[in-house]
Amino acid sequence: MPEEKKVSTLLELKNIYKVFNEGTPDEKVALSSINLSLKKGDFVTIIGSNGAGKSTLMNIISGVLLPDAGTVSIQGKDITNIPEYKRSRRIGRVFQDPMAGTAPSMTIEENLALAYSRNKRRTLRLGVTKKRREYFQEALASLNLGLEDRLNAKVGLLSGGERQAISLLMATFTEPDILLLDEHTAALDPNRAELITNLTRDIVAKYNLTTLMVTHNMQQALDLGNRLIMMDEGKIILDIDETKKKTLTMEDLLNEFQRIRGKKMTTDRTLLA
Amino acid sequence: MSTTAFLDATEMGIIFAIMALGVYISFRVLRFADLTVDGSFVTGGAVAAVMIVEGYSPFLASLAALLAGFVAGCFTGLLHTKGKINDLLSGILMMLALYSINLRIMGITLEDGVSRPNIPLLNSETVFTRVNDLFASTGMAEYGTLIFVIAVTLIIKFLTDYFLKREICLSIRATGDNKRMIRSFSANTDRLIVVGLGISNAFVAFSGALIAQYNKFSDVGMGIGMIVVGLASIIIGEAIFGKKTIARTTMAVVFGAIIYRIFITLALNQGILDASDQKLVTALIVILALVIPKMLEQRREKKKKMKRNREANAGGKEGEYIA
Repeated sequence: MPEEKKVSTLLELKNIYKVFNEGTPDEKVALSSINLSLKKGDFVTIIGSNGAGKSTLMNIISGVLLPDAGTVSIQGKDITNIPEYKRSRRIGRVFQDPMAGTAPSMTIEENLALAYSRNKRRTLRLGVTKKRREYFQEALASLNLGLEDRLNAKVGLLSGGERQAISLLMATFTEPDILLLDEHTAALDPNRAELITNLTRDIVAKYNLTTLMVTHNMQQALDLGNRLIMMDEGKIILDIDETKKKTLTMEDLLNEFQRIRGKKMTTDRTLLA
Repeated sequence: MSTTAFLDATEMGIIFAIMALGVYISFRVLRFADLTVDGSFVTGGAVAAVMIVEGYSPFLASLAALLAGFVAGCFTGLLHTKGKINDLLSGILMMLALYSINLRIMGITLEDGVSRPNIPLLNSETVFTRVNDLFASTGMAEYGTLIFVIAVTLIIKFLTDYFLKREICLSIRATGDNKRMIRSFSANTDRLIVVGLGISNAFVAFSGALIAQYNKFSDVGMGIGMIVVGLASIIIGEAIFGKKTIARTTMAVVFGAIIYRIFITLALNQGILDASDQKLVTALIVILALVIPKMLEQRREKKKKMKRNREANAGGKEGEYIA
């Protein structure tokens, strides 16, 4: 039944194609014929080598980049040409750079107020009201970093881990339709990365957020989420569903990667021979 | 410096503080080096002078100047956001265009001819003659102007503080702080830059309108270097009064403008400087204010390094183990 399918599909990418520097010697096909559909509540981890097109994919979904061909739709509504700032009412994002997700010269509570009003019309109301402050404190307390007592601290003074935790909270506490995490633990030390990984797991589960997470860390890709995608040279080369992912090990993943890559290498060799 | 000269300098400083608050919005809040100011300041003076000469109420004329400044600022914003022109260049282009526009605006008062470089307001009614008339009956005529400009500037300062905490203005501040971030929280940064520059130049033009009325003269050259005067005010104010909160910073900017004006008047009055040196002195103040903190920082670093080296050498000679 097509109608039922429409309801369950939250995000759909159809035949996405993106090329950089077209017509120059530096031409690079970043994404080619990407088809991907996510059900509500899916938590997909994406792995792949540098230049595989992972970040480009995220940027296409968030609207930072427009695809050269293909369509992006959320809940059956075509959003391919909707500008980034409008999409971001319903798409939460956390970037790799801990500096990128917050406004450093503004206070913690002001940053949260900015995030809080993302899906509302911004007016001349006070950004931080008493009621909101209480709510922010409560939300910050759930991070267990003691930030709830530092509402008036400038975010620029916080550590990378603290900033990333706040970014994660800001991206999620309005319960967006989609959460995009672009290597959001990669710039942190192992302890902090673990903290943020655990927070991610908790928050995604708490709000049942449909999530796409790019990571370089294979173990993280295996530990989190219910679906795993591997990308290479602008294509999705592997798509592992929930049941298969449960039993998947790092070794399987490496073997699989080698198998696909290796096969390609041999075909290259035969071509050259 | 005589008391009258001091009073004059203070009054002018307080009026210029409104311009400095405008520059604060573009430079500090939006982090946009907006050179429109040199033009929009004159636009304010020109619009007010023309309307006053044409017989409109000076208060209405000042408000019209405010509006004209807003429009000018919005154009700069549009050049930058929609035209994708670099921020400095957008401001410079607008400043240049405004030079001709200002001549044309003042030209409206001419029977024949289209452009006019200045309009005297010697015998015209201005907001200040009105205010002084009002205060004449209370016996405080001397301080009427001072009280009036303090009131106006404080109102604008408090309005700025008030609005910078509102939802929309939080996103304007975030636009200056981290564009990428605030776009990911559904703010239309292009629109916010346009509005922000509009408000900034509205303040600047309003200040220009008041200065023209205060000096009883509107001149096409009265805006030259205004952006640097604004910057000097901000830098002086922040250095002396700090910038911990917004309310504190805007207060610092106001006092910075007053101190700057008194300083300049003092230097001119003592016969040390000629009036024509004023721009040079302004430039020097800003240069020093930008260079000295960096030099001090470097010296501190160097001292620290030398101290550390000495300690390391001393430790080495005694042959101690550093655990």
